[in-house]
Amino acid sequence: MPRTLYDKIIDAHTVCRLDDHGQVLLYVDRTILNEYTSPQAFSGLREAGRTVWNPSAALMVVDHVNPTVSHRTLEVADKEAAAQIAYFRENARDFGIELFDILDPRQGIEHVVAPEQGLVMPGMVVAAGDSHTTAYGALGALGFGIGTSDIEHYLATQTLVYRRLKTLRITVDGDLAPGVTPKDLVMEVIRRIGADGATGYAVEFAGPAIDAMGVEGRMTVCTMIVEAGARGAIIAADEKVLAYIQGRPRAPKGALWSQAAEAWLALRTDEGAIFDREVHLVAEDVAPMVTWGTSPDQAAVITGTVPAPEAEAEPGRRAALSRALDYMGLAPGAALDGITISHAFIGSCTNARIEDLRDAARVLRGRRVAAGVRAIIVPGSTQVRAQAEREGLDRVFSAAGFEWRQSGCSMCLAMNDDVLRPGDRCASSTNRNFEGRQGKGARTHLMSPAMVAAAAIAGHLADVRTFSTQEEVA
Amino acid sequence: MQPFIRVTGPAAPFPQPNVDTDVIMPKQFLKGVDRKGLDRGVFYDLRFGPDGQPRADFILNRPGWQGARFLVVGPNFGCGSSREHAVWGLAQLGIRALIGTSFAGIFNDNCQRNGILTVTLDAAVIDDLMTRVGQPSANGLTIDLPEQTITVDADGHIIPFAIEALRRDALIQGLDGVSATLARHAQAIRAFEDGHRQANPWFY
Repeated sequence: MPRTLYDKIIDAHTVCRLDDHGQVLLYVDRTILNEYTSPQAFSGLREAGRTVWNPSAALMVVDHVNPTVSHRTLEVADKEAAAQIAYFRENARDFGIELFDILDPRQGIEHVVAPEQGLVMPGMVVAAGDSHTTAYGALGALGFGIGTSDIEHYLATQTLVYRRLKTLRITVDGDLAPGVTPKDLVMEVIRRIGADGATGYAVEFAGPAIDAMGVEGRMTVCTMIVEAGARGAIIAADEKVLAYIQGRPRAPKGALWSQAAEAWLALRTDEGAIFDREVHLVAEDVAPMVTWGTSPDQAAVITGTVPAPEAEAEPGRRAALSRALDYMGLAPGAALDGITISHAFIGSCTNARIEDLRDAARVLRGRRVAAGVRAIIVPGSTQVRAQAEREGLDRVFSAAGFEWRQSGCSMCLAMNDDVLRPGDRCASSTNRNFEGRQGKGARTHLMSPAMVAAAAIAGHLADVRTFSTQEEVA
Repeated sequence: MQPFIRVTGPAAPFPQPNVDTDVIMPKQFLKGVDRKGLDRGVFYDLRFGPDGQPRADFILNRPGWQGARFLVVGPNFGCGSSREHAVWGLAQLGIRALIGTSFAGIFNDNCQRNGILTVTLDAAVIDDLMTRVGQPSANGLTIDLPEQTITVDADGHIIPFAIEALRRDALIQGLDGVSATLARHAQAIRAFEDGHRQANPWFY
């Protein structure tokens, strides 16, 4: 019987079936641990006197609570953050797991770092204590987020008690238009299917627009589809994925590489395999998107307006829309490209890789951030930062008036000291516009890095397609 | 883990859709290395005013719903971040079950691992239950997990629900998942791992 790529990966990782309703004991190849969701898992192991099943199948990266100021130190001023990092180091040492600490040249956001190191490969199952673990789907691996109890279960057993998901294929035909990015595509998908549109599903992305997309763009798409509730995302590996992985520190070498590459290219959904649900989009229908509300599906094309609650038929959703507009301080009917911002933020696992920074730099070259806007760039990893500096992008950002920071999750969730104040309004390349996400009372508008750059220059949300772009410094 | 067998108590309505874990447990409560004190953080910005005092209009602060053991919730409850702190906080606040039309995946698993029962029912049933528990005089429920029923205490109205046996039994027994897996499957995992390594030597 023809099988989906998801089914093949689950079948290949099933240790045993636990019932007749799709529950299995699932073998997990890798995890990446951060300092805020892992401490209690390690404490659980310590209390029970357990060891880690395979320490070499885990990597620990400090990313959520560390400062991103340009000159940082191993010591962190915030006492609670310092305690989390100290315990993280202790756990790395005691359980024998590799740690990328704050000053490590390989440090960065876990979902940027793991692919960078070649730790994620097609056909793998990667589960980690962060919801955006879906990122790894871009490399043909099944990635999904887990809570701390499941981190502990993974560390102790290399497995999870897992319920097989329904499958949803999202096929994107055509080509994305100039100025339209993978971020816009995934935001349009979420707008269409809703914040719970993929709840209970593993999503496979396919189609010409996905094939044409670079690996980093696919990471943006796979990372963010969790905002539609997807519990896993995957895109079949192709030559681009192989080119991305080859030569990375942990990638297989020599004869093993050739063997792996052959196996990886063969790993795809069979012709005729049946998905539980299919969604089709045409790439040409996608335009630059921004969110206007407090849920990622509350989004519209930048040329549009803030919707009226009355337009929403379902009472629960109408009330939620009303509440969102109240929180966001927006009036129905207002033009989206007239919304004034106080902050611009380019960062996060969704959009802070080198291609994202290049996109932003093309818009920022020869231009200045508008008066009254504080603009910040936090690269996805320390390696991305170094690469950007080799390309001179840091000088473009600095000349435009952006702060050029060190790597971390930073203002995507504001667990470190990068926090907005009540009433601040931020154009943000991140993935969540929840109430209070970037700071209590702060207002977030999600968009692509290029759109953040455009908004920073204009001082208000703006259509990047109206900006000429420059490849080189004028 | 506290076993869930038969629990009686007040239920509170929480009808908003897409309640995310940032709202359930804001960031300032995520900075511990243990699970202590998270009951204070639950719905913090909704529950407490800028002065740290309870907001009188918030459902869990209102007479009749204080001390709620159950929440009847809107769709996609618990979406967003994987932070288990949200569930630890709910458990510490005394919440034993959540009843709604759908739950976000990671959140749902986190509830299961911490002895919080999630019951999924059709929208019409939830709408009716939401209305019932919106009246403080009639918001008492009894959930019997072995029987798979919710009883509205005021009038004896019974709502049956479905749950996979594996999940149900783990909740009833209050099983520690790690112990159970190691006791039952450690050998199978080792055997599987040997084969997996041979099939995918590049993973190791």
